[in-house]
Amino acid sequence: MWPEALFPVWESPVSKAERRVVITGLGVLAPNGHGVDAFSAALREGRSGIRHHAHLEEAKFGCQVGGIPENVEQFQGQYLTDEELFAMNANMIYAAIGSIDAWTDAGFEVPGLDGEAHWDAGAIIGTGIGGIDTISETLGPQVDAGKVRRLGSTMVEQIMSSGNSARIAGKLALGNQVSTNSSACNTGTEAIIQAMQRIRNGHAVRMLAGGSEGHSHYIWAGFDAMRVLNRTKNDDPEAASRPLSASAAGFIPGSGAGVLMLEELESAQARGARIYAEILGGALNCGGHRQGGSMTAPNPDSVQRCIRGALSDAGIAGSDVNAINGHLTATFADPHEVNNWSKALEVAPGNMPHVHSTKSLIGHGLGAAGGLECVASILELHHGFVHGSVNCEDLHEDLTDFAACVVHETIDVPDLSIIAKASFGFGDVNGCIIFKKFD
Amino acid sequence: MENQEVFDKVVGILKPFAKNEEALGGISLETSLMKDLEVNSARLVDIVLEIEDTFDIEVSDDDADQVNTVGDAVKLIVAATT
Repeated sequence: MWPEALFPVWESPVSKAERRVVITGLGVLAPNGHGVDAFSAALREGRSGIRHHAHLEEAKFGCQVGGIPENVEQFQGQYLTDEELFAMNANMIYAAIGSIDAWTDAGFEVPGLDGEAHWDAGAIIGTGIGGIDTISETLGPQVDAGKVRRLGSTMVEQIMSSGNSARIAGKLALGNQVSTNSSACNTGTEAIIQAMQRIRNGHAVRMLAGGSEGHSHYIWAGFDAMRVLNRTKNDDPEAASRPLSASAAGFIPGSGAGVLMLEELESAQARGARIYAEILGGALNCGGHRQGGSMTAPNPDSVQRCIRGALSDAGIAGSDVNAINGHLTATFADPHEVNNWSKALEVAPGNMPHVHSTKSLIGHGLGAAGGLECVASILELHHGFVHGSVNCEDLHEDLTDFAACVVHETIDVPDLSIIAKASFGFGDVNGCIIFKKFD
Repeated sequence: MENQEVFDKVVGILKPFAKNEEALGGISLETSLMKDLEVNSARLVDIVLEIEDTFDIEVSDDDADQVNTVGDAVKLIVAATT
């Protein structure tokens, strides 16, 4: 039993079994656009946010291109005070901008410092790596130099894993669960599923959920050393992220934040909120590093179980899915992923729904990826289109049977109804969400 | 260094940390950092570091603990720089 003070202010008129969760706000800070309108337009127009970065070349990275939200320093002061920015790294700033945008997009005002907390509103904003820029640039060097005192007061809040969600709690006076989850590249998707479950359970009325990741080269260095980043397109950045392609040679690192405002349907309708889409269901699991799964590769059985679990939770058949926004990073795993989708949906390759990868335009946002790609999926549902999955004109030979379902250029799909979005992360962890256009 | 010059620089250091704009507008030697300006107590160590860098002085932890008002900070700096 919850203490009385923790009960949501809103008392749902519907039973737990009938409770539905909808999306009433979106916040996105992506390499190819900030804000719902700019991001939606960039997706429609197939505009890439991948650029060459001189600092990566200077640091002798094999991959010298990446996705970084642009001009953030020019508008971050509209969201955060000087004192707040003083204690924030890129990951925290991106999370805050995405969350505040989602909050205001849902029709709420950023509160002042007086008054009560919003007891019925919380946030689960994940991150994959977190504040490693602060650790690498400040904490380590100062401590090694014997200057612990010079660290000041802001180290802990910048390097604690929950730093990104903690700042948001203060900005928006959130009084429900506020937490940061982490499951590598599944982080943002996992956050949204956890938030959905919390609302379904009646423990919150609305939750901000998604993921964020900074753009530090210290985050990307480990992946570069693993040789899982594409180092063949440094002179052609917009062609570097090549999911589904025969010439895919690794993913392109990205960054930013994607945040959804999840809300119980009855609450959203009672306040007359705009409803972008409904979350019909979702599933999370892990392959246990068995049956071909490992720290870095997915167990195909677990991937299929996760997708089937999401379908079951949503109460739909695989053939009901109109489009797949895949994990699809541009590694050897892409053909395996598409095959797993076909098996899990129980749909033959020739009849598969539209398949595409948002990473082809923005790179792999790591902990932000699930959030960013869920925002993309919801915008597609809301506006009735599927964006082009660029740079796969040379489709991988193992995907020949699926050629008809791969979307190369943006198409209008006015009757687009259901999108499945999945993320698969290091650690053999999986997440899959089923979004439906709201009727 | 003239007291007024020290005062002006201290106000500049405090500005980003002050949450009460009204108190900042009427700031004086008697203004309390935490009670009036509503500076987060955790940030006092950052203000001391800024003072050290700005005036090229070292402030001991004991001296830092005595700083409650703008006047306390000015007095400490003037003593260390003259």
